[in-house]
Amino acid sequence: MLALKLFWAFFKIGAFTFGGGYAMISMVKNALVDKNKWMNEDEFWECITLAQSLPGVFAINMALYTGFKISGKSGAASAMAGAALPSLIIIVIIAAFIENINGYQTVKDIFSGIRPCVIALILVPGLTMLKKAKLTKQTFWIPVLSCVLVCFLGVSPVYIIIAAILAGIFWAKTIINKTSEKK
Amino acid sequence: MIYLQLFWVFFKIGLFGFGGGYTMVSMIRMEVVDNYTWMSAAQYADLLALSQMTPGPISINAATYVGFTQAGILGSILATMSLCLPSVLLMGLVTALFFKHKESPFVKKPMEIMTPVVAGLIIAAALMMCDKESFTSVLSFIIFAGTAAIHYFFKTNPILLIIIAGVLGWLNGIFFPMQ
Repeated sequence: MLALKLFWAFFKIGAFTFGGGYAMISMVKNALVDKNKWMNEDEFWECITLAQSLPGVFAINMALYTGFKISGKSGAASAMAGAALPSLIIIVIIAAFIENINGYQTVKDIFSGIRPCVIALILVPGLTMLKKAKLTKQTFWIPVLSCVLVCFLGVSPVYIIIAAILAGIFWAKTIINKTSEKK
Repeated sequence: MIYLQLFWVFFKIGLFGFGGGYTMVSMIRMEVVDNYTWMSAAQYADLLALSQMTPGPISINAATYVGFTQAGILGSILATMSLCLPSVLLMGLVTALFFKHKESPFVKKPMEIMTPVVAGLIIAAALMMCDKESFTSVLSFIIFAGTAAIHYFFKTNPILLIIIAGVLGWLNGIFFPMQ
């Protein structure tokens, strides 16, 4: 039953995601954490970090990890199916029947309203996550640097993610070395 | 044959693409336009516009569309599933490692660094969308500020906010048509 509810929650989200996977974050949080309380906020941000740290479609990863956390393998499968299915249905219909969707003035008008809304919906969870990261004087430069590198210098996020993971492993290693020296 | 090619192209992209939809979209372009010449650059630009205008993750939309143009409905289903498959396979590996060794420093420390990095990447994604096309009028700024405030303070369902924003944009187009 929970798997079915998860499917439906993600299906609704998939049907209203404009502007890519990041726009889904606020919706997924609203559905899973705020509304249904299937997981707490810390667990949610952990899933987001995992989803972004791994290759693959971010939205699909997010569905997989939150779904798994809530209801195991069946939860992961139904969340993923729910997230991908609206795209599949809508694109097939449009590709089969509509010649040029950009040509309609009404579509343009609706998107002129949706675009700024989606930017805000991406920015807010970004800032919330920043708060959750509990930054100190030593670490506040990490998000600033990664943001500047991607946004203004055009660096691919891939390199930043790999560098961050390697730095984390190196950090863990120095900690382990230190504790073994003490012994 | 085309099915095998579709599977291979999108499986590769699903496996090596990370960092959000926009990096994947350029990988798809490389395969679809340059490598396999399934479509022209102009056709791909149309596909991209369509993928952004229709709901759903952009890379899933693009995969579905490419699959459909090459091999019909079956092709679109195959392309989408191939794109998701690496995530599913990796997930088996990660859940076995991550959830079991959560307390290990080799999991904890990378996660501690990744959290602020991901926050920075998400904010970057929002900033990169702030262009002239997104902020066309005063209304755009009102919608942006209104959405941010309402979503932050009242935890309103974003789906509702998107519908309201779409209706506002539509009404604005009716009453104040741009020249």
